[in-house]
Order: sequence, then C-alpha cells, then structure tokens
Amino acid sequence: MSHANAWIEVCAADDIDEEDVLRFDHAHQTYAIYRSPDDVFYATDGLCTHEHVHLADGLVMDHIIECPKHNGRFDYRTGQAKGAPVCINLKTYPVKVEAGKVLIQLG
Amino acid sequence: MRESAEDIVIVGAGETGARAAAALRENGWAGTVTLVGHEPRAPYERPPLSKAVMVAAEAPQPPYILSAERLRENDITLLTGCAVTRIDRAAHAVELADGRRLGYGRLLLATGCSARRLAVPGADPGRLHYLRTYDDALALREQLRPDRHVAIVGGGFIGLELAASARSRGCGVTLIEAGPRLLMRGVPADIAAAVAARHQAAGVTLKPGVGIERVEPAGTRQVLVLSDGSRVECDGIVVGIGAAPNTELAAHSGLAIDNGVAVDARLATADPDIFAAGDCCSFPHPLYDGRRIRLEAWRNAQDQGALAARNLLGAGEDYTAVPWFWSDQYELTLQIAGLPDAGVHTVARPLGDGVQLNFHLAADGRLVAASSIGPNAKIAKEIRVAEMLIARRAQPDANALAAPEVKLKSLL
Repeated sequence: MSHANAWIEVCAADDIDEEDVLRFDHAHQTYAIYRSPDDVFYATDGLCTHEHVHLADGLVMDHIIECPKHNGRFDYRTGQAKGAPVCINLKTYPVKVEAGKVLIQLG
Repeated sequence: MRESAEDIVIVGAGETGARAAAALRENGWAGTVTLVGHEPRAPYERPPLSKAVMVAAEAPQPPYILSAERLRENDITLLTGCAVTRIDRAAHAVELADGRRLGYGRLLLATGCSARRLAVPGADPGRLHYLRTYDDALALREQLRPDRHVAIVGGGFIGLELAASARSRGCGVTLIEAGPRLLMRGVPADIAAAVAARHQAAGVTLKPGVGIERVEPAGTRQVLVLSDGSRVECDGIVVGIGAAPNTELAAHSGLAIDNGVAVDARLATADPDIFAAGDCCSFPHPLYDGRRIRLEAWRNAQDQGALAARNLLGAGEDYTAVPWFWSDQYELTLQIAGLPDAGVHTVARPLGDGVQLNFHLAADGRLVAASSIGPNAKIAKEIRVAEMLIARRAQPDANALAAPEVKLKSLL
C-alpha cells in the first residue's frame, strides 16, 4: 500500500464550526472530523459501532459525539465508547491543520 | 433483608432487565445477579424485529445485548424459559413455575408488556400474528413473501413499521385502524398525516376509522369483514393493537397497580426492597407536574434499567429523563422528545424537503415536546437539542424556534 500513512486533505479548517463535526468520505470509507470547543481537530471512523449510522449527523457536546440514531456516545478524542448501547470503541486517526487546511492520516 | 441480602433477582430479561444486570456490575455490585427470562435465549434488542429482521434476505441472529460471553464475564446468572409465578414478600423469595425458589435481598420487576389480543368473531387465534419476540418475528417473516397480501390490524408503530417492511418484501398490505387516524397515541396529527401519505405512496391501503366485524376462513386465506361493509381477503393477519403492562405478579403480591406497577420517582414500589422499571411500570414525571406516565420505548427501558440498578444499590436518584422515541419507516424517521399533549401551542420550524419539525410549548412558553419526521440525518440533531431544552425547562423565543437560520444549539 504505497499510500498507507499518507496525509489526506479533508477540508478548510473554517468549514467546521467549533463544537461540530463533518462527514468525510475517502476511498470507500467514511470518517467523522471534529472541531472541539477548544479549537482542536480530531478524526474517527464515520460509522457508529452499534449500527451503521453516520456519526457526523449527530450532536457534538464538549468532547462527546452522540450517535443520531440511538444516542450512543463516544469521546471523539480517544474513540472511547461511553456506555450502552455502545460498547465497542471508535477507531481514531491523527489530524493536523496546515495552512488553513485540515489533514487526516489514514492507514 | 434476610440471609439472601447479597442476592439481587431481576424478573424479565428484556432491554430493561439486561441493562439493569449489566449496570449492577458496572456500579460495583459484588453479590449475585440472577436474571429470569421467559424466552429461550439471552437478552436481545427488540427494535430490529419489525425492520431489519423482516427485510433481511436471511433471518439475522438476534442482536444480543448480553451474549453468553458477557453474561459469564459479568457473573450474571441467566435463567431462560422461566416464568416467575409468585413473589413471597415476607420470605424475600420468588417462586418459579418449575417449583424452584430464589431468595432475594432486592428484587427488580422488569416484566415488560404483552401484546393486546384481537378478539373478534371468527378469528382463529392460531392464525393471528403478533410481534413481541424474536420467535414471533421469525414466524411473521415467513408470511412476508412476495405477492402475498397481508392485513395489518392497528395503525400504531408496530403495525406501521411492519407495513413498510412488508411492502419492501413485495407484499400487498391493507392496514386497518379503528381510530380516526394513525398514531392516535402521543403523535401530533400533522406528523401522523405525513406518515399516512408516505404509506399510501408506497401502495399501502389505509383504512382508518374502521372496525372489524368478523373474520371468515377462505381456504388457506382469510377474509376480514369490516364495519364499513368492505371485505379484505388476505394470506396473513398481523395484529398490532397495543400492549398491556405485565402487572399480575406485582398485583398478586399486593403492590399497587396504576396503568403499570406503580413506582415513585426512584422507581421504588411501596416495598423498599422491590423496584420496577421499563414498560411495566408507571412513574411520576417531574417535568410534567409529576403526572404519572408509562412509556413503551427503547431508551426509557435502558435508562430506567440502569437507574433502577443504581437505586437497588442505594443511590436514591430520581428518574428525570425526557421521554424520547423514534420509529423508522421507509427512508423516514419519526422522532418525538417530550410529551406533545402537554403543549398548548405549536411552532413549526421550516426545514424544507418535506421535513416537519414542531415545537410544543406550554401556556407559559416552556418547551414541553418536539416532534419531527424526515430523514434521520435532517432531524436527529434538532430533536436532541430540543430534548436538552426540555430537560432545562427552557422557554425559548418562539421566533427563534421558527427560524431555521438560528442554530438551536445557540438557544441552550
């Protein structure tokens, strides 16, 4: 995989409000990109680990993303599942901001 | 409490009982946990029964809440296929149908509901389908074959979700509702009208305001004779006319019943060692002037199970969660937070694309409910924020609620 660990451009930093989330699809995978209330960017897998629902349609409160379907909650900084109905953690990805662009490291 | 003080028994292994059992361990309970269920399998999630289990090409396994492995890891004893026949409150023990007795220090009743049975002349009970369990779902799946016609009795959530599933499997569907419209209980008329329109567009024949006079056999088929004189010939009859709380056990042991096992805000009965939670109980809700309500909803079942577990361990917490439920039909999701009938006026938030979102306000301007139908991605966040506003007893500006350019989150 020559592109493993490559940094992929997601969007402009301004495209995501503080305390909000954006869906990002790349190479048949879907991701959720977060901007925290303290203006730090994070990325996780885009689908809830309970049922296949896009987390980017859910609500960000502080450092929690809540699945829009059944309110499963994750800490999007670590991917940690915060209790029923979710018990499987989300995978997280490194994110950086360069020249006003958000980049995610996949692989 | 007697020698069995270290034993907690949970009657009912559905969503509530399973969540309670898990929560006891999460909260550090080191005594025994025994979960008694009447079904032959480990606790599983019921919402998929009317949808994914119906439409999947092959019947999926039940989505287990507590798999055998998790039960073992958490040292939870599950007794399957067991009916509890009596609570001996004086001796702190429950009796099972097979003659066993289980001592308890604390007891949680999570007995859920049973489907209301259709009683009309000529109906053969063996040829009526109901949907409560995974086994019910498997039997019903067999009926939903292409080119068959099914009659669905009842325009509530189970009937409507099954109508959508049946259509997607290629069945013809006639849905008969005795009330004047669909979803009479707890769903505003305009949301119900949107549901009706979507079903009609999918080819479902809706017959509201019509009763069933009798059922006549017609070989392998059956005919429903309706109060308007029409006849519906079908290959299968599915009944979804509501559910009644399973209260017999509590009633026979002298506990108060009031549209469910009557509990206080902590989900405790008058017996300090017996709690009840989930669909089977009614409780006073602090957000609605202490009005006693009973909910048949997945999240309530979970949350009350978890809270009852903490209170079994002495936490003394009140249950204050905003009522919330959803229903998926076709590509649409219906979501309601709060109790719409507690509102006296309604503010609509125009979101376009046929999405409906209503806020229900009390006379003093307090937000008491929000109701919505549309693609889940369009409505879920809005309803979630509305739920937080309801929990905070917020009195949001009606103009801001009606203005989609004002972020709801900014009203928190």
